Amino acid sequence: MQFQQWEGFNPGAWQREINTRDFIKQNFTPYEGDASFLAGATARTQRLMKKLNHLLEMERDMGGVLDIDTQHVSSLTHYGPGYLDKNEELIVGLQTDRPLRRGVNPFGGIRMARGACEAYGYKLSDEVEKSFQFRTTHNDGVFRVYSDEMRAARKSGVITGLPDAYGRGRIIGDYRRVALYGVDVLIAQKQKDKQEIAKGLMDVDSIRLSEELYQQIAFLGKMKEMAAMYGLDISAPAKNAKEAIQWTYFAYLASIKEQNGAAMSLGRTSTFLDIYIQRDINAGLLDEQGAQELMDDFVMKLRMARHLRTPEYNELFGGDPMWITECVGGMTEEGAPMVTKNSFRVLNTLYTLGAAPEPNLTILWSENLPQGFKEFCAKVSIDTDSIQYENDDLMRPIYGDDYAIACCVSAMQVGKQMQFFGARCNLPKLLLLALNGGYDSYSGLHLGPQMPVYEGDKLDYYDVCARLEIYRKWLCNLYVNTMNVIHYMHDKYAYEKTQMALHDTNVTRFMAFGVAGLSVIADSLSAIKFASVKPIRDEQGYIQDFETTGEFPTFGNDDDRVDQIAKELLEGVSGELKKTPAYRGAIHTLSVLTITSNVVYGKKTGSTPDGRKKGEPFAPGANPMHNREKNGALASLNSIAKLSYEACRDGISNTFSITPDTLGKTEQERVQNLVSVLNGYFAQMAHHINVNVLNRQKLIDAFENPEMYPNLTIRVSGYAVNFHKLSREQQKEVIMRTFHESM
Amino acid sequence: MKGRIHSYQTLGTLDGPGVRFVVFMQGCNIRCAYCHNPDTWELTGGQEIEADDLFQKILRYKAYFGKEGGVTVSGGEAILQPLFVRELFCLCHKAGIHTALDTSGNLLNEPIKQLLDVTDLVLLDIKMASEEDYRAYTKASLKSVLTFLQQLEDKRIPTWIRQVIVAGFNDTPENIHKLNGLIKGHSCIQKVELLPFRKLCLEKYNEMGLAFPFAKYEETPQATIAALSALIKP
Repeated sequence: MQFQQWEGFNPGAWQREINTRDFIKQNFTPYEGDASFLAGATARTQRLMKKLNHLLEMERDMGGVLDIDTQHVSSLTHYGPGYLDKNEELIVGLQTDRPLRRGVNPFGGIRMARGACEAYGYKLSDEVEKSFQFRTTHNDGVFRVYSDEMRAARKSGVITGLPDAYGRGRIIGDYRRVALYGVDVLIAQKQKDKQEIAKGLMDVDSIRLSEELYQQIAFLGKMKEMAAMYGLDISAPAKNAKEAIQWTYFAYLASIKEQNGAAMSLGRTSTFLDIYIQRDINAGLLDEQGAQELMDDFVMKLRMARHLRTPEYNELFGGDPMWITECVGGMTEEGAPMVTKNSFRVLNTLYTLGAAPEPNLTILWSENLPQGFKEFCAKVSIDTDSIQYENDDLMRPIYGDDYAIACCVSAMQVGKQMQFFGARCNLPKLLLLALNGGYDSYSGLHLGPQMPVYEGDKLDYYDVCARLEIYRKWLCNLYVNTMNVIHYMHDKYAYEKTQMALHDTNVTRFMAFGVAGLSVIADSLSAIKFASVKPIRDEQGYIQDFETTGEFPTFGNDDDRVDQIAKELLEGVSGELKKTPAYRGAIHTLSVLTITSNVVYGKKTGSTPDGRKKGEPFAPGANPMHNREKNGALASLNSIAKLSYEACRDGISNTFSITPDTLGKTEQERVQNLVSVLNGYFAQMAHHINVNVLNRQKLIDAFENPEMYPNLTIRVSGYAVNFHKLSREQQKEVIMRTFHESM
Repeated sequence: MKGRIHSYQTLGTLDGPGVRFVVFMQGCNIRCAYCHNPDTWELTGGQEIEADDLFQKILRYKAYFGKEGGVTVSGGEAILQPLFVRELFCLCHKAGIHTALDTSGNLLNEPIKQLLDVTDLVLLDIKMASEEDYRAYTKASLKSVLTFLQQLEDKRIPTWIRQVIVAGFNDTPENIHKLNGLIKGHSCIQKVELLPFRKLCLEKYNEMGLAFPFAKYEETPQATIAALSALIKP
């Protein structure tokens, strides 16, 4: 292939095949310096941002949703073009015809769409209702096949948050391909792939794939139509930085118009875009101010992305997140930092546009990243609490140097791997279920293997473990089967044609399982092992509470006695899941990540032997339970670093909060110390950390006076939120968490 | 050998440079009127631990220390257990870990001198800037602290001078002038840190049934610290 738009680029394999990674590696300009070159916001950017802030304020005042278009079904071409300010915008395109107006996406399930409209005082139009009357949604398909046991597991909450009524998300299209190749090249490649398949055996797999390719090609066409509505032709490659950003954004926009997946992540675009920006700067077509303006406009667009959700959904995934995760930094497989000036620019938007939760900026940390970049990241964390860090030195050997993070912590090669998202199971609840012989006191349901309630006045560690293993086997098998049903139906009724069109035709699939309440079950087993736990029974003889006497080690203190329990639990679950084959040959993965669902999971779970009372929240992700860390922040990090990424290939999330005073006396010291903490944590092959540097008092104040803190952003569990968008219960839980403070 | 420690903090950033593992030794002999940690006074309290066991814990944090950080032994009064701290510091040195000693310096003997030989940095807390106050508000004397400081000078051990500033008690330029007089001419001194008086310890005093002698004073505002710090003459 040869295009005029590629003039000045270094040649490579990327010209002979669709290969964004090769293009980046042949062409990016590494930057080893500090942040001093950055430009601030222009007057134009400030005017646009003022407009957006006003809309955000209105959205907040309206209870979280500014407007809903109930007349159309969300798709690439169903809305007219929309603008924040047509004359001022450099990058264009909105999900609907007006900023922050949400579209309706009933493909996951019409009830969910209807409920979401009603929750905000709207009524889904008759046209939409009618058009879905005889249409099978993903949700319909799943419930046609769910067994009684699957329904019971779902109802009891031992498995919760399954994507059986909403888009599964966690698929990252290689949006960069549209900028690099233009849509026509992508269509031609897909047509070729489709013809190839027809030459072989037509069986279930190849027929399904052929139909998917048909849809992919159709939606690449619609993507062009969508761009044409804005007066732009994306059939050919982008010719400059502005077009590269615009084409990339259009590809992303098309995906979020088509799909309302839980996490709609962006991938790894900033270093890719730097190549275009640098070419324009070298040619004298762009200066630093102009480059920052383009990135500001791009990020502003991303901050306007919205999906319509129900209140129940918000309990699980609080704060109206999109998880527009963008990975920044990392190293090449050969060991060179992939940091460019644009890595700084995208972080700089947190200053030019102000702190905000989206896009979910994720630093791929390596010991060998340039010091200037490390220090800038630490400064951004301290100033904005808006970014997270993941260990490139841990992931690069597995995924190479062109992977990205979907959602919070799910790694995958961009355009080559995808995942079937599977929420999580509730481990403390499983323990209670095992003790009560298959009875769930929260729902009153009997499920799983039925056996007598645990007898005796003192729980014996080995007896309890033996029981737990029986139930773990049962749950893992049921969990995989349930996921198989969900993803078969999602592929059938709500296939992500736009995003998959931006993947290779043959992809590797992961099936991502998850656990919640890790520290609760680890501490509970530790209490049973090292202290004395007496079960307390109700009138029917079911265990409903515990009396724990004596000391026991708790997770988060770098104490192997309990840390090993946590580690082995995860290895056990991971191994057990793999025994049941996954749909479409997917590779089983596991995460320790809760989003904000740790609150609602806790609510649905009885008292546990670690002393946590019925209904109290779990700790988020892999975090130790609140205020059980006795030896300071690093001991807590060391405990989490022991959990094995090999067993938890879908990620291990840790949310870390520290007061500014504890981090150091001066700004310079705080920056240096945070860099040291991150270096030390990741040197132990830990996977992920969210960093908050703030005082609890500030959150309490924001809880009481939300109007005073419209932009207060904090990291929760693999993402960031506007504090005011969390529910009151979620806010309380955040305030309750450990804030590492010096003595 | 075994030592008595009160506790340890894995992320210390306030006692010496960089990220530090801070050991709080058990036992103190001078009872400063503004003491923040009355639970570290009792010589027989705390927990006993082998120096090597403590070192093994410290090693778990080496990756966080970076170029600047390391171990700080604080207290209580660290120089009351010089042999133990020396053994710990020797182990740290073998592992390439920077060692800092946070002390009032009210004592000097042969074992302490030997401890200083394996100490990379001393945080010398000059509790009071006059002999009169020193005797009135602690159970020791300023004279012995100055002897200790001279020893640091002779041994050329990098030293940070520290003093707690209590609003309404010693938050005066005169006090700083006195402090300047005490430290003048010591080339070992790299830095002088004024620390704000805090009252978070009130609860501890109440729990222990002890009166907090400085309960009547208010916490020192950061602005005072900044203003007085400007008067320091190194």
